[in-house]
Amino acid sequence: MTSALRERLVAVAVRVAGISAIALLLVIFFFLIQQGLPALAEVPLPDLIGSRWYPIEGTFGLVPLVLGSLLVTLAATLIAVPLGVATAVFIAEVAPRSVREVLKPFIEVMAGLPSVMLGFLGIAILAPELYHRLRLTTGLTAFTGALLLGWIAIPTIVSVAEDALDAVPRGYRDGALALGANRWQTIWRVTLPAARGGVLTAVMLGIGRAFGETMAVMMVTGNAAVIPRGWGALFQPVRTMTATIAAEMGEVAGGSTHYHVLFLIGILLFLISLAVNLVGASVVFRARTRAERILS
Amino acid sequence: MRFAARLLPTSIVLSVLLSGVGCTPGSPPGPAPARQAVVTKGSDTMVNLALAWAEAYLEVAPAVEISVTGGGSGTGLAALINATVDLANASRQIKPEEIEEARANGVEPVETVVARDAIAVVVHPANPVDHLTIDQISAIYSGAIGNWKEVGGADRPIVRLSRETNSGTHVYFLEAVVRRGQQDDRTLFAADTLLLPSSEGIAAEIAYNENAIGYDGLGYVTDEMKVVAVGANPAGPFFLPSVETVNLGQYPIARDLYIYSAGRPSPQAGDYLAWILSPPGQALVASLGFVPLRQTP
Repeated sequence: MTSALRERLVAVAVRVAGISAIALLLVIFFFLIQQGLPALAEVPLPDLIGSRWYPIEGTFGLVPLVLGSLLVTLAATLIAVPLGVATAVFIAEVAPRSVREVLKPFIEVMAGLPSVMLGFLGIAILAPELYHRLRLTTGLTAFTGALLLGWIAIPTIVSVAEDALDAVPRGYRDGALALGANRWQTIWRVTLPAARGGVLTAVMLGIGRAFGETMAVMMVTGNAAVIPRGWGALFQPVRTMTATIAAEMGEVAGGSTHYHVLFLIGILLFLISLAVNLVGASVVFRARTRAERILS
Repeated sequence: MRFAARLLPTSIVLSVLLSGVGCTPGSPPGPAPARQAVVTKGSDTMVNLALAWAEAYLEVAPAVEISVTGGGSGTGLAALINATVDLANASRQIKPEEIEEARANGVEPVETVVARDAIAVVVHPANPVDHLTIDQISAIYSGAIGNWKEVGGADRPIVRLSRETNSGTHVYFLEAVVRRGQQDDRTLFAADTLLLPSSEGIAAEIAYNENAIGYDGLGYVTDEMKVVAVGANPAGPFFLPSVETVNLGQYPIARDLYIYSAGRPSPQAGDYLAWILSPPGQALVASLGFVPLRQTP
């Protein structure tokens, strides 16, 4: 076989793989639309933005579910992003080589922990601990879910952000140090901004992981479909969109209104994560153009 | 095992095909005799019971293959209507709409009561409340009562625990307790009721939370819960759930468990049903924490 022919074959194979990934995504999207949109015709809009979710009596208010998901994800992000980025900086910039070689693989193994197992730990240990220590009415709260989700998101953030920091050229750090910057100034003013795109991707992936997580959340948030009001709601039970789909899809009759509404929730999940990613991408893009302007 | 079975979404089919196990040692080589299969599907409450029956029946009639699948009472009845199963397990009675649908499909569902199930109302062991009326339980779960002191307990908020809405137990509890059996009652569970995906979720929460009240099948009660005596009148009497109080009609929150067949069951399905109702079948009912039917002498 000539090398030109082999080259062509590889190019075709890569193209097919790429196109099939996009095609699969489109098929999933069209399936979601096809199964979910009938819900808009079957349930009047005022009912969908109602405050009560009780599907077996035909009450499909989505507001508590959407707000529940957003509350848990936001709280998890606030926990996971500072810790995750700080850990990545520690591993990439501060820790000696030997420590780094242990920590990096260890954190990557943590990223692969099945979330059911974490949920089980959440039920068995975290919920009772929070109940006793914080004197809550129940340990199954949005906060419990956020802690677990933070835990689940941190390894993803650390792993990706550390790679980005590692890719910053050595010369940047040397230059900053030569100019008299101390170690902290070098990290905060030079290395971290230079790795901004990768760190932001890490944060987005972490948020996505938290937002889409199902099993652990279903086990520890109590799944009460109440609209969270104020900061106190963080220590009350909530019901997330993902947990609702997981808990109810199993027994719902195919083609019923309830079935279509569950797919509509799937579309909402899809749209919200798309929005988060678009915002992230636009921030990364803007950062790059500004950097280019300065360099030119 | 029970944890996994209860926890996983019920869509994950709990299918145990007992095929192949039925080969009796010493059966003659050559073409095996035609296997007889009985396909059953339905209630998740009953799935452990149905598995136990199917396994034990293998000893009685090795040539009959019985497959057991969960998915919920509605799922099982839908399969019966579509004639894809021989028997449907149901923790609730068939609805009139379902009977109509079945008849339209040329299927006449025949009902057999195969066991009974008591729903226990449970609280934390340290909770001083030891008896409640149906009206009080209804008021607690609908949100009218929110503090234990209103029913004779400590000054603590009440945390309501329930199974998910797809559970037959949830529906039964809603109709029989929250709505007190009244057809036109539209009372709902309070919106802040915790809906837990598994019996183990309820057990774990009751074990540490002194504010909590929960309910579940008698077979799922553990040592870390306190069972509340239930009565119809505030003056009493109050009864704890047990085989005796259920069979005497004293304990008020008990339901029948059913198996539906499509018309007259096939000979092997009929034999299986008869065996379930016989003393060995009913002994398994008791060992799994359900209430066996009273044997008619």
